Amino acid sequence: MSSDSTMGTGASVKKPSRTKLPAPNAIVGGTLIGILLLAAGTGALWTPYDPLKLSFREKLAAPSALHWLGTDEFGRDVLSRLMAGAATSVWISILTVTLAVVAGTLIGLFSGYMRGWTDRIIMAFNDALLAFPGILLALGLLAVVGANKYGIIVALGIAYTPSVARVVRGTVLSLREREFIAASRVMGNSEAFTMVRHILPNCIAPLTVLATSMFGYVLLAESALSFLGLGVPPPAPTWGNMLAGSRPYIGQAVWLGIFPGLAISLTLLGINLLGDAVRDRLDPRMRGSR
Amino acid sequence: MTRALSSEAGIVSREEDVSTKAAAAALLDVAGLTLRIGGTGRTVVADVSFQVFPGEIVGIVGESGSGKTLAARAVMGFIPPAVRLEGGTIRFEGQDVMAMSAKDLRAMRGAKVGMVFQEPMTSLNPSMLIGRQLDEGLALHRKLDASQRRALILDMLRSVGLRDPEGALSAYPHQFSGGMRQRIMLASVMLLKPALLLADEPTTALDAVVQRDVMELMVELTKANDTAVLLISHDLGMVARYCSRIVVMCQGEVVEQGKAEDILARPRHAYTRKLLSAMPHRLPARFLPEARTPIVAVRDLVVDYPGRQGFFRKGEAKRALHGISLEVQPGEVVAVVGGSGSGKTTLGQSIAGLVKPTGGEIRFNGNPITKSATAWWDYRLNCQMVFQDPYSSLDPRMTIGQLVAEPLRLVTDMSPGDSKARVAEVLAEVGLGDGFAARYPHELSGGQRQRVAIARAVVRRPSFVIADEPVSALDVTVRAQVLELFDDLQKKHGFSCLFISHDLGVVEQIADRVVVMNEGRIVEEGPRDDIFDNPQHAYTKTLLSAVPGLESTEGGGVRLFWRKDKA
Repeated sequence: MSSDSTMGTGASVKKPSRTKLPAPNAIVGGTLIGILLLAAGTGALWTPYDPLKLSFREKLAAPSALHWLGTDEFGRDVLSRLMAGAATSVWISILTVTLAVVAGTLIGLFSGYMRGWTDRIIMAFNDALLAFPGILLALGLLAVVGANKYGIIVALGIAYTPSVARVVRGTVLSLREREFIAASRVMGNSEAFTMVRHILPNCIAPLTVLATSMFGYVLLAESALSFLGLGVPPPAPTWGNMLAGSRPYIGQAVWLGIFPGLAISLTLLGINLLGDAVRDRLDPRMRGSR
Repeated sequence: MTRALSSEAGIVSREEDVSTKAAAAALLDVAGLTLRIGGTGRTVVADVSFQVFPGEIVGIVGESGSGKTLAARAVMGFIPPAVRLEGGTIRFEGQDVMAMSAKDLRAMRGAKVGMVFQEPMTSLNPSMLIGRQLDEGLALHRKLDASQRRALILDMLRSVGLRDPEGALSAYPHQFSGGMRQRIMLASVMLLKPALLLADEPTTALDAVVQRDVMELMVELTKANDTAVLLISHDLGMVARYCSRIVVMCQGEVVEQGKAEDILARPRHAYTRKLLSAMPHRLPARFLPEARTPIVAVRDLVVDYPGRQGFFRKGEAKRALHGISLEVQPGEVVAVVGGSGSGKTTLGQSIAGLVKPTGGEIRFNGNPITKSATAWWDYRLNCQMVFQDPYSSLDPRMTIGQLVAEPLRLVTDMSPGDSKARVAEVLAEVGLGDGFAARYPHELSGGQRQRVAIARAVVRRPSFVIADEPVSALDVTVRAQVLELFDDLQKKHGFSCLFISHDLGVVEQIADRVVVMNEGRIVEEGPRDDIFDNPQHAYTKTLLSAVPGLESTEGGGVRLFWRKDKA
């Protein structure tokens, strides 16, 4: 609360200072995500070894100076595969979240603003989809669209759209009862303008939180689908199919499971921290209050 | 243990200047109470002393932030965790409240000291039956069996004026109106017949007539049970009406205390005089030139609200307005007054085009607004609105400058430079000059926000402004300032105004003509002085009886007089 009205300058309120260190969650989250993006970016262009090259002489080698994170059962370099996998996984997650957020926001805005029967019918469909577990819905959709990179994006995107639509619709419903929406109408603004100018920006806070946590879920879901053998088909590496492939060797080569698992967990942590920081940054009420 | 030491010192110094006899007889004796916020060291209550004698009604008056609520809550032993007791004592029936154990405090709360809160909408547990809530305190503090308790509760509900006490027992709070909930709250507190009742702004959220009813009930009930009342309010008129003694607080300090009549007639402290002058005063009637056509004319306006819609059924429509006809002349301020549920807000919203009327016609400068798209657009640009709640009427994600500039987007013949200049001009007019344009609404106080809302409404220089309870969410002194600003702007730019309010004091100050509404119909209308001095309709008389009239006396004091009920 910035209610320092007792400060010398009468009714003036403390202005947010510009030279301020970012919050700790922004620093930690930003660093983690920075590393991830760097790895993914590099991984798409260059890796220490060819992630697909087999070398049976070196199979299941422990981490060493030559292979920093060891090799898998076919002698492929784990670090190279992790980097290449990061590119695939991040790309899939970003596209999926974008798809779900855009589609869900459009549906939610429309539904919440129209209300009445339009809202009821749309939400009945939405709730029916929401009733399926996301992963089950994605599995079914994958069977239709085919198990490849873009199939996963479409399937997971559709699976996650209903929850976005729900959140946006709820926010819209509560916002449109606020007086500033009535004020916008009295001003003469069209309904479409009111939606874009006044309702949409106020949906951003819940959307950022949802999108960041969803990014994590999508990463997990993509890994799970790959783990089940329905994701990106081998031999192309993803974190999920690396994790899946490590299972038979958990006793002899523990690094095969640990590194992809660690990559997934750290990415989730980074995304969540960064999401919180971004939400605080975008909300004028949170600025200058620390 | 500095606390114990300082409190001992407090008693000693106190007993020197107050006669021991009076101190012993006091039910509540607060002496030198000082409260400080832990970290910053800001003193929020400074050396406050006052007494309450058995059966007496004492009022604490002050603006928000004056420390009046903190001081009163300390009596119950409720101090927020961040606040520290620096010194002073609170003695209730001779016992030091600050030194009481948690167990003794619990035994005192409710049984001996009851409390009624400001917000009747949230002070009752929404998921508990009324009967259970009332029973809670009784079961805790009295050794009675269930049937005896039930009889007591029914008795009390009857005496607070509930029509169906039996039914109320198995009803939930949301089934009652705000006034009824406050009565229930009062019933639950008075059931235990406490020796002292703390009432923190008990009627601020209610409209004038309900406010008077609840206050009168409170006075009646406490008198019957010989309960003393400590009434906390920012409304000096209300406090003066019911209290025998008044304590005036400002920024944590008691600036003046004494008999109610003395404080009103001969205020000694400048702050008390400021409070008194902030009470609405009637100004001389204005002369308005005879007009050719009214700027806005409403004829036979009917508004129905659709009933609750289920999946397969449709509830019955509720008629909110039963054929309202009304004219506003150029430059005139017409006030619409009525209790909650009278349809005054619906009237404002339908004239503003927010609610689609079921029937009737609205003419702007003689032309029906529904005649053509251009007629509607002309009306839209010229009819603006100021809303009640400054906390929800401003988009929290826009700066003040953006908010005020937004209406100009639709004015086609203005260059960006012109509109920038206009925004600066209007912000200066409402007293929010330099620096405010870049701020966000959450950085402003309620009064400042309402100034922004007014700036937004007048930035296009409209010819007609609808103001829906624009000052009822504000403190008395802020209310007076905002009202004055509104009045100045109206005189300067000459816009006509439909001023909707339940507060007759405000209306008396600002209106040229008054329209009284009740249950969706206009019951009386006429020039302000006629309505206030010579009301005809019974409902108008009831409304008037709920607010004090004011007469200034020499020395900055005022005399209150009460208009008779149903004369």
